[in-house]
Amino acid sequence: MQLAQQVKHLIKKEIILEWRSKYALNGVLLYVVSTVFVCYMSFQIIDKLTWNALFWIIMLFASINAIAKSFLQESKGRQLYIYTLVSPAALIIAKTLYNSLLMIVLTVIALLFYSLVFDFPEGADILMYFIAAVLGSLSFSTIFTMVSAIASKTGNGGMLMAILSFPIIIPVLIVLIKFAKNAMDGLDRSVSLDEIGLLAVINVIVMTVALLLFPYLWRD
Amino acid sequence: MHRIWWKILAAVLVIYTSIAGLLLEVPRLAILNETIRNLYFHVPMWFAMVVLFTISVWYSVRSLSTQSEADDIRAVESANAGIIFGILGIVTGAVWAKFTWGQFWSFDPKQNFAAISLLLYFAYFVLRNAIDEEQKRAKIAAIYNIFAFPMMVVLLFVLPRLQDSLHPGNGGNPGFNSYDLDSRMRMVFYPACLGWILVGYWVYTLRFRTKILENKQL
Repeated sequence: MQLAQQVKHLIKKEIILEWRSKYALNGVLLYVVSTVFVCYMSFQIIDKLTWNALFWIIMLFASINAIAKSFLQESKGRQLYIYTLVSPAALIIAKTLYNSLLMIVLTVIALLFYSLVFDFPEGADILMYFIAAVLGSLSFSTIFTMVSAIASKTGNGGMLMAILSFPIIIPVLIVLIKFAKNAMDGLDRSVSLDEIGLLAVINVIVMTVALLLFPYLWRD
Repeated sequence: MHRIWWKILAAVLVIYTSIAGLLLEVPRLAILNETIRNLYFHVPMWFAMVVLFTISVWYSVRSLSTQSEADDIRAVESANAGIIFGILGIVTGAVWAKFTWGQFWSFDPKQNFAAISLLLYFAYFVLRNAIDEEQKRAKIAAIYNIFAFPMMVVLLFVLPRLQDSLHPGNGGNPGFNSYDLDSRMRMVFYPACLGWILVGYWVYTLRFRTKILENKQL
């Protein structure tokens, strides 16, 4: 399996690069921690609804910041070098997998810190909320990776990243917030099956479309 | 004659449904009252929009493989025409909501999702304007268009069904077919859909042809 080999090497490269600078990890962690802190200073006590909404807003901006760099920050020369070595499918799979990995780590840390500062509301189904957070970070990473690839091809990527990704992420975010709210109210787990299914379907659609389209996108 | 028959058909259908839609008998129902006639004007807008956006995606897919400029212009202009119908759909819906729900915009899920799906296409136009080089613009815009289309389908047809909405046909509310017991409304509704879709297609072909002529003059 040449593709699997290429994906493995690309992910390894991303992890090593990240580990050397620790830029994304530390930057986004600091961002999450300071945002939660600011929120704590201004809210002091928050009710269930705000707890949920606040968490997802923080995660949304953290993930945009973390993932936008995956294509935007690669230098032209290095991109050209990678493109001569691997297939486009391997590149997009590797980027998406690496971003999912990064986002899951970030989300878990963020959720831990968030629940440390603002206590989990009573009666919440913590395991289910955790699943919602992980599914959310997966969806964020699949969508933002492709959008960041598109945005990086234009001159001013950072601005376009927000414009292009918000309309796409809003439906996902709505489903996620509903799912997370079910978990937070401690509803029966079978209630949320619809949302899990829909999120899975959206992720599969996005991944397929990204795989089909990326080969057209990467060549200049 | 053989090439304009569908334009004549579109004009006849739209004129017929506009007159018949306002004059013919409709079921008398509480709250809805005469506003039920909005069905003939509001719903066909969305059908026309979806058809035009589908044409747009089709030409985006084609322009990726053929790389021809004409396909790209077709994709943009049908998206442009689709946006017009989307805005008309939102406006007719808001006017209807004023008389039945009491407010032009009550942040009903259906209204919100329709607005977001229009935002998707506004983002598409912003993306186009951000790239100067024509071939690159055609390629990247086509990719975003194909990427955005499934999301629009999810927004308009899947999500509203999962949420509590006041909109007829969603959230347990009956759709129009349960009121239309004697199929009298179908006599106007189906021709209206066909007529507006044809008008939408006509708008798109006109826009496409003027754009081609403009490009020739450059």
